[in-house]
Amino acid sequence: MSGATAGPADGPWRRCARRLRARPGAVAAAALLALIAAAAVLVPMLSPFDFATPSWTEIFRAPALRGGHLFGTDSLGRDLLVRVMWGCRISLLVGIAASLISVVIGAAWGAVAGFVGGRVDGTLMRIVDVLYTVPFIPFVIVLEVLFGRHFLMVFIAIGAVSWLDIARIVRGQTLSIREHEYIDAARALGVRTGAMIWRHVLPNLGGLVAVYATLAIPGIILFEALLSFLGLGVHAPLASLGSLVAEGANEMQANPYLLVIPATFLAAIILCLNRLGDALRDALDPRHEQGRHD
Amino acid sequence: MLRFLLRRLLIAVPTLLVIATLAFMLLHLTPGGPFDSDKVLVPQIQHAIEARYHLDEPVWRQYARYLGELARGDFGPSFQYRNTSVNELIAQGLPVDATIGAVAMLLALALGCTAGFIAATRPGSWRDRLPMGVAMLGISLPVFVTAPLLILVFAMRLHWLPAGDWVAGSWRHVLLPAVALALPYTAYIARIVRSAAIDALAQPYIRGARAKGLPPRLVVLRHALRPTLMPLVSFLGPALAGVLTGSIVVEQVFGLPGIGHLFVTGALNRDYTVVTGITVLYGALIIGLNLLVDLCYAWLDPRVRARA
Repeated sequence: MSGATAGPADGPWRRCARRLRARPGAVAAAALLALIAAAAVLVPMLSPFDFATPSWTEIFRAPALRGGHLFGTDSLGRDLLVRVMWGCRISLLVGIAASLISVVIGAAWGAVAGFVGGRVDGTLMRIVDVLYTVPFIPFVIVLEVLFGRHFLMVFIAIGAVSWLDIARIVRGQTLSIREHEYIDAARALGVRTGAMIWRHVLPNLGGLVAVYATLAIPGIILFEALLSFLGLGVHAPLASLGSLVAEGANEMQANPYLLVIPATFLAAIILCLNRLGDALRDALDPRHEQGRHD
Repeated sequence: MLRFLLRRLLIAVPTLLVIATLAFMLLHLTPGGPFDSDKVLVPQIQHAIEARYHLDEPVWRQYARYLGELARGDFGPSFQYRNTSVNELIAQGLPVDATIGAVAMLLALALGCTAGFIAATRPGSWRDRLPMGVAMLGISLPVFVTAPLLILVFAMRLHWLPAGDWVAGSWRHVLLPAVALALPYTAYIARIVRSAAIDALAQPYIRGARAKGLPPRLVVLRHALRPTLMPLVSFLGPALAGVLTGSIVVEQVFGLPGIGHLFVTGALNRDYTVVTGITVLYGALIIGLNLLVDLCYAWLDPRVRARA
């Protein structure tokens, strides 16, 4: 099928990739995100400065092209460029890792509830209903305070509270997958429930889960930034975009760049991920073939 | 309808019990206590303090005592504010949150609905792309970024509004925090209203109403408004919960004496009763607001009413 143009012979993934490429906004978002990620990895490795060492002779240098500090320096004379790039590292890392945790829990929970059905479904979804009413931000704050703000706790706490949406969506999709004929065929062949979920249900949820994982990452990044902003996330001197915004907010009267630069990076990352998630959702949705809701 | 209400209220009780238990156990079963400090107290004094707050009793008895007080609506005495009950602290703080939350929600609804409807009338034109582009930005900017920026521009540079603090009854002190809190929800509401209105306006009965010569304004008001409001109403449940807990950040940035601020200082100081009490209160408010939203939903959608 080499050289095939757009046609019914395309697989769903290739069709999705084609539709994504047709959207300049999505391509630009992906490119900007890749650029930020590459800079976040490379800049701290190549820069002569590190994120922790204070320099008392370099306090509050304004951003400048010359003199080595492109983004200026903070109240302790530390290079803001390196600190912001470390912040991007932390944010992206937390976003991806915690959304993986929440996707694994949510997909398993929803698939089992939807596929097994009956009383199991009722119990599992009641638990989700109850957890939905738990005020999460307060609970995570309490968790963070009690467990000594261990960095791992940030992942676990955020991942453990953000799987509810995915569980609900996956359950709904599983209910419709369950009605397909190949499921009947597999059951007639004697495939057990566990194997059935693993081999036939989960692979068919791939697209949906990919979309909601992409859309979950910005929420999680914001959550981590919020915790760091409140002083409950990463430990100083390590910086996260949230803690940098908090430091910047304290200095904003005299040195607004300390607030504006990390805030811009945070907003850019979130904006790109939201754009990409929206585009991915539309691209995977067969109803959008004609571009009805562009 | 009455059965639906009763069933929801019956589920609310065990849910609140779960929330109270989770909060209580988390605080009491982890090492460290509210009266641990670097100062070494005379053992007798330490013991007297702990006895005053029943901290010397086994955890299960403290738990039973706490649930008993909770059932009577008593959140107990605060540990960090001496001779003040948690009920009094909440009564002082809650009006601040209620004012800011209500103003923020009204702002978000008014602005978001207007922008969404304008965008939906001409999808794809600049009237659609401009507000939706701004909305995407609004979703991507967290409150703790917009709040300091608002202070920087409107308080520090332009000197139009105060940068924080709280004066009861002064609308100038409400405006900036409420706008900061409202921005992301305005953006969400605009997006939801836009896509719901586009779907509603594409329905055959709208074409029918237009065909019989109904003026465009009446087509929207009489036929398109109700189906547009439904996805919006189902978003209001989580949105109200978000506004409630989101005010924690706004209070921190603007230095407001609300319950969010109380909660954060309580958590840092291990003020057990304050933290548990406010957590339970948040849970109760979220359940109550969700119930209210569901009732609105049933009122708007005859199909839901029939099933309930």
